[in-house]
Amino acid sequence: MLRLIIRRFFWFIPVFFVVTGITFLTMHSLPGGPFDTDKTPPALVKQMENAFGLNRPVYEQYFIWLKNAVQLDFGPSLKQRGKPVASFLLPGLAVSAQLGTFAMLFALLIGLPAGIIAALYRGRWQDRSATLVAILGVSVPPIVMGPLLVWLFALQLDWLPVAQWSSLDDGLLPYLSHIILPAVTLGAGLSAIIARLTRASLLQVLGEDYIRTAHAKGLARHTVTIRHALRNALIPVVTYLGPLAAAVLTGSLVVEQIFALPGMGRYFVSSITSRDYPMVMAVVVIYAFIIVFVNLVVDVLYLFIDPRIDHAH
Amino acid sequence: MLTSSAQTAAAAAAPQRRSRTLWQDTLQRLFRDPVVVICIAFLTLLIVIALFPSVFATAPYEQTNFPDKFAAPGAIAAGGKLEGHTYWMGADKLGRDIYSRLIYGTRVSMAVAFLGAGISFLIGLSYGLVAGYSRPRVDNVMMRIVDIIYAYPTLILIILLQVFLTALAQKDPAQMGAVERLLVDLDRSSGGLFFVFLAIGAVSWLNMARLTRGQVMHYKQQEFVQAAQIVGASNRRIMGRHLLPNVIGPCIVAETLAIPSYIYTEAFLSFIGLGVQPPMPSWGSMISDGYGALRTAPWLILFPALALSLTMFAFNFLGDAVRDALDPKLRDR
Repeated sequence: MLRLIIRRFFWFIPVFFVVTGITFLTMHSLPGGPFDTDKTPPALVKQMENAFGLNRPVYEQYFIWLKNAVQLDFGPSLKQRGKPVASFLLPGLAVSAQLGTFAMLFALLIGLPAGIIAALYRGRWQDRSATLVAILGVSVPPIVMGPLLVWLFALQLDWLPVAQWSSLDDGLLPYLSHIILPAVTLGAGLSAIIARLTRASLLQVLGEDYIRTAHAKGLARHTVTIRHALRNALIPVVTYLGPLAAAVLTGSLVVEQIFALPGMGRYFVSSITSRDYPMVMAVVVIYAFIIVFVNLVVDVLYLFIDPRIDHAH
Repeated sequence: MLTSSAQTAAAAAAPQRRSRTLWQDTLQRLFRDPVVVICIAFLTLLIVIALFPSVFATAPYEQTNFPDKFAAPGAIAAGGKLEGHTYWMGADKLGRDIYSRLIYGTRVSMAVAFLGAGISFLIGLSYGLVAGYSRPRVDNVMMRIVDIIYAYPTLILIILLQVFLTALAQKDPAQMGAVERLLVDLDRSSGGLFFVFLAIGAVSWLNMARLTRGQVMHYKQQEFVQAAQIVGASNRRIMGRHLLPNVIGPCIVAETLAIPSYIYTEAFLSFIGLGVQPPMPSWGSMISDGYGALRTAPWLILFPALALSLTMFAFNFLGDAVRDALDPKLRDR
């Protein structure tokens, strides 16, 4: 297992170079720079660019950035008065992470039971309605779901605030009331995916011989379902957690736009248009790292859940 | 004698038991479900609308009529250029007819759906076929490339590409090369749509390549491929004639199920202002406009949101149904 972890860790190195390389090259080939505004005189723009090393050749800038990035120094933001990028992104990452966690919890809480019920009552109305709701869930995208929830719960019923963010320091109730709509918006589609996956996987397991054996030897129905079927049925669901985490990441970017949350995704979109190179690079590195890391965790989890899988090969 | 008479009897009986091919079987099972028929009818209607939007639209999509801004559905234009015109679905903040914009927006979504699927299908299928059938060393390199791009969050890569391409379009035409100018011209004439395809297509083939390669790995060990190799068929023939027909079924299902994500990606890009360029309407930009007026004029968002969700639902449902119909395990149940 240690070998697997080490190998996966080394895998991050080529990923890191390619991802940062593509981003760096694309960003720097965009016309216009961070200091190009109508008001700034050209001489001052030149001076600023010199100060931040933007007059050097692109590959030189890349190596300088690389040298600093390896030491976890992502440099100053070019738009926010030279404050370090980290001072924006760490709070942003915290917001995105909280949003993602709540969304994931919601998705599992709704998706798993729905999938299990659908599989156990296969072909009956419970199954049909769960399946229909699941397809509806993946068909109503966040840019529709978000406004719909805002209209219903914030504007019509006036139960919840419209948008914005409230940190936990302001009290538990404001915090939850601000996070609930974005989290549900993000989690709804994911819960539908989890429900479909759970249903398909559980159905397959329920058809296996060892389930029939368990029934034949007179075990109670729920024992068979929980101890024998569900344990094996959850394996594909766990492997899907990797892509799911990626979906949460990009999904949180969408939801942060809709609800105007100060998360990492919003910094990404705003800094890409304002040519804030260090900010964009840092966000991309963090995203790529999270995806590689989550996939590693999933692989290790997989090993624990299903001892039949041998990673030596 | 006995066996030959048995054979003739079997041969005589054969025409009565009509055999069906896999596709006939699939189609028959598909059309048994009324919801599938409704989905197909709905999508066909959308395709017709996308092909001939001017037949359905009641006003030019870019025509503004400020006195009628935020007109309610069913309101009749009192004056201006659109005098006497009925706003079936209301008017937006510039007094443009939402129904007509919705009709033209269909063109964008359908184009992304089919061209996005086409690009991803072509590139992904051929890449996966070649990787799967090549020597392990080549396969390894090809799939590691896919893995590396995969570590890039797709939406981020699409946004980055889209920003890059739109910036390209704003460059001074005098400084462009021939290829660049061709691309930019294509993009201008399609209202910014072409670059959206390019960005989505450039990323979406990865999944297809992975799926195809996995399928090829499974089939290439089997006897019929070995037999073809022994007979001396060329690699191209084996890939095209022997592997492709086996691989293509799951790929079509996966592609149908991926179409909603292309439609959604375009809508989201337009939602944040990185998609098609105004005044070209897209459901995504219309949702964005409507979201801004949610408090005062909720019907602005209602119709494009419905259109987007229904279209995605139809593709999802159809994809699911095709998958179930193709799955031999679910047969006769």
